[in-house]
Amino acid sequence: MTFIAKPKLTHPSLPQNALGLTRRAYEGALSTLCAGCGHDSITAAIVEACWRLSLEPQNLVKLSGIGCSSKTTAYFVSGAHGFNAVHGRMPSIATGANAANRRLTYLGVSGDGDTLSIGLGQFCHAIRRNLDMLYLIENNGVYGLTKGQFSASADLGTRAKKGETNLQPPIDPVLLALDLGATFVARGFSGDKRQLVPLIEAGLKHRGFALIDVLSPCVTFNDHEGSTKSYAYTREHYEPAVFADFVPREAPILVDYAPGEAREVALHDGSRIVLRKTDSDYDPTDRAAAGAAVQSRMNSGEYLTGLIYLDPSEARAEFHQVNATPDEPLNALPYEQLSPGAQGLRKILSRYR
Amino acid sequence: MATSAASRINDFTLKIATVNGTGSASANTLLMKSIFRSGVPVMGKNYFPSNIQGLPTWYEIRVSREGHLARSGSVELMVALNPETYARDVREIAPGGYLVYDSTWPRPVLLSRADITVLGVPLARMCNENFDGVRTRILMKNICYAGVLAALLNLDPARMRGLLEQTYAKRPQLIESNMKALQLGFDYAREHFSCPLPLAIEPMERTAGHIMIDGNTAAALGCVFAGATVAAWYPITPSTSLMDAFKGFCERLRLDPHSGRKRFAFIQAEDELAAIGMVLGASWNGARAFTATSGPGISLMNEFLGLAYYAEVPAVVFDVQRVGPSTGMPTRTQQGDLLACAYASHGDTRHVCLYPADPAECFTMAAEAFDLAERLQTPVLVLSDLDIGMNDWMCPEFHWDDAYRPDRGKVLSREQIEKLDKFHRYLDPDGDGIPWRTLPGVHPKGAYFTRGSGHTQFGAYTEDAHDYQVVLDRLMKKWQTAKTLVPRALIESAGREIGIVSVGSTDSAVREALALLAAEGVAADYMRVRAFPFGEEVERFLAEHALVFVLEQNRDAQLRSLLTLETAVEKAKLRSLLHYSGLPVSSRFIVEGVLAELRGRSSAAQPSAVGA
Repeated sequence: MTFIAKPKLTHPSLPQNALGLTRRAYEGALSTLCAGCGHDSITAAIVEACWRLSLEPQNLVKLSGIGCSSKTTAYFVSGAHGFNAVHGRMPSIATGANAANRRLTYLGVSGDGDTLSIGLGQFCHAIRRNLDMLYLIENNGVYGLTKGQFSASADLGTRAKKGETNLQPPIDPVLLALDLGATFVARGFSGDKRQLVPLIEAGLKHRGFALIDVLSPCVTFNDHEGSTKSYAYTREHYEPAVFADFVPREAPILVDYAPGEAREVALHDGSRIVLRKTDSDYDPTDRAAAGAAVQSRMNSGEYLTGLIYLDPSEARAEFHQVNATPDEPLNALPYEQLSPGAQGLRKILSRYR
Repeated sequence: MATSAASRINDFTLKIATVNGTGSASANTLLMKSIFRSGVPVMGKNYFPSNIQGLPTWYEIRVSREGHLARSGSVELMVALNPETYARDVREIAPGGYLVYDSTWPRPVLLSRADITVLGVPLARMCNENFDGVRTRILMKNICYAGVLAALLNLDPARMRGLLEQTYAKRPQLIESNMKALQLGFDYAREHFSCPLPLAIEPMERTAGHIMIDGNTAAALGCVFAGATVAAWYPITPSTSLMDAFKGFCERLRLDPHSGRKRFAFIQAEDELAAIGMVLGASWNGARAFTATSGPGISLMNEFLGLAYYAEVPAVVFDVQRVGPSTGMPTRTQQGDLLACAYASHGDTRHVCLYPADPAECFTMAAEAFDLAERLQTPVLVLSDLDIGMNDWMCPEFHWDDAYRPDRGKVLSREQIEKLDKFHRYLDPDGDGIPWRTLPGVHPKGAYFTRGSGHTQFGAYTEDAHDYQVVLDRLMKKWQTAKTLVPRALIESAGREIGIVSVGSTDSAVREALALLAAEGVAADYMRVRAFPFGEEVERFLAEHALVFVLEQNRDAQLRSLLTLETAVEKAKLRSLLHYSGLPVSSRFIVEGVLAELRGRSSAAQPSAVGA
């Protein structure tokens, strides 16, 4: 509950990042979600990723919509501004915020209801614009705060807690994002922090729209026998395709990769993502093949996970490149550069005389 | 009103009935601008269909040596070129007036009126004989009737040529063909009719220092001068030209001289919900951001407007009102969103609204809206309408004070945050109901959580009754502060018993009506409200007048409702004059409405004919 203050005692021996900050500096208010909620694990992964990236807390902007997932932005990086928008409309807030100041790092946290039902339109258009942000879906296939209705990501044939069977096909955010041209598409599982943390690091550093769909079981309404988004089912059926290791700029690669196993992709700021494939035939830089692989696994009830697709060149123009805005944030441009002044006005009005 | 022919010099209305998509707009603009450049005050109103091509369209030009820029309510010269509307167009001509029609084809009904003068011009035949190509012939027919009117009204062809040269500076080949068509019409009229007519133009010196501009262009210019950098919108008539104008100005005036990069972001959103979301995101993050829309867009933006009110996020929204309800009549004008904007969104919400009366106020109020939005940390809605937004109005040339600097409100700097023990977003540190604000990316101590859910004055989530009410009450205190900051109502009062209240674009019609009523022996005071919330001057004006007419362009007396809700005025003394046909109100409508009510009062047995 957010009105309970967390103790801010910091043990002197806690490890510090490049900014001299411990992980505690990236924490937020105490979670009010149910004990065991997958979302809390994702929050922990975000804290870890931000700490590892040595993000200045104030340079992160946290955005969310409405729902259990959207509450979580209060639970990490309390030194960052947060904006809890209206239901399904976080992408438009993110778009405006990003337009005003391109220098900050934008992290949107949403849920399957917030993204795939009420917010489907805005989600799609943020991808189309290739908005520079990490969009993280905490996907549990169910509406939690209103007590257990199916969401649009509920799988065909999955059973609700009260016994109803879902007869409508799901909207899969990963397939959708691939189709709409997203330049970074990943899927994770809240129960696999080892896989998730580097994905978040890479997603935050990626220039353009990065999607991570995180399977995040709802312990209260969707963790029973017959559910395809329970902890048990997800553990059984998630299939890592590509591990992505994030390597910060100027850091050496310490792991020895087997020849042919790893492929290094450089990001615009000099950091790198090392992709390790579990199946040598899988090519995470081939959009069509990635889509086919996800679809084929889905047909057999499995979730392909990892960094499913990455545009290795970062070639697609992101929002600000499309708009040809200056490097300096629009919110920092001095007024003198914005107003044509009294003399300018006289000139403009000459054609109206 | 004057009736003798001699007195109609520089005092008449002409109307041109055509079909849309045929290029008549440029001919009509040419005519109006020619009159304007003759130094004679002129009004032009375009009544166009919501359609690309083929439906009836009218253009009404009023010439007024006295400077009355509203519709008079009568038409003295009709150019009836649309067979579909011919019969009704002929009916509309005032007795003693003139009809110009295309005599290429016979019109059996054209002699149905003996009290007008009929002038047939074979426009189609002349253009078919002189120009090649179907499209060219249709386009030139318009310029040809402009030539006819130039001869009939005594407009200077050289002045018209000058305008054509200005318009087609980049396509000089069009100047000669247009001049040829103009001359065809001009010569035909000179040859066949006694030119000029008794209603004609005589050059004056009454337009010096004035410009002709539409309100959407003026508002866009205001946004440029206010320093707006983020514009997000979804296309909707009649607001689209505001955004087009902003983009056009910025692409000329806002480029980095070295890199050519754009010092603005122009975002076509997927819908109005996203458009207002983008405005909130950008404003929250410290940019001046705005959107423009019309009634249907306001309906869609309601949820976000409530969030902006409660979470205290600045935003500027232009509502170029059109006819509702629902899709309504997208190309007709109304003042039908007064209530929808004042209280937009669920729960206890109320919004600052500005009501420009003409393009000049669109310009000044656009800039003012950003200052108010940032000072008050709340949405500011500027309620223009189609009439102001899309018609060219004659108004005094705009001026800009180079000393102006944007009022960014109570945004704390890095140094100010550094000095604070702890930052709390929703306190009232200065006693004016306006909290301090921080921007992302400045200082970790300034971080807070923006939410539409219940929050305490410290910014934390709450479901506590008292903590919730503290914030809600402080918002009401901020509203009281807003009353002292918004533009005052304009009042012309001489202690008379009768008052007339108006809002927005009806101002010029009321001013003319006041003069006409005075001539009838009815003297009235006048107040035009310019903003919501109402200041104490509004309260006082209502209290000081025994009978108050409220003129507005909607069916439900929305301004009157606002006045009764928000002031202590006694409801019974407010009499509504309601004009909601979709056309701008005429001065005649107001005069007749007031006189009818007064007649009803003097014969006490008779109940009121207008009002309630």
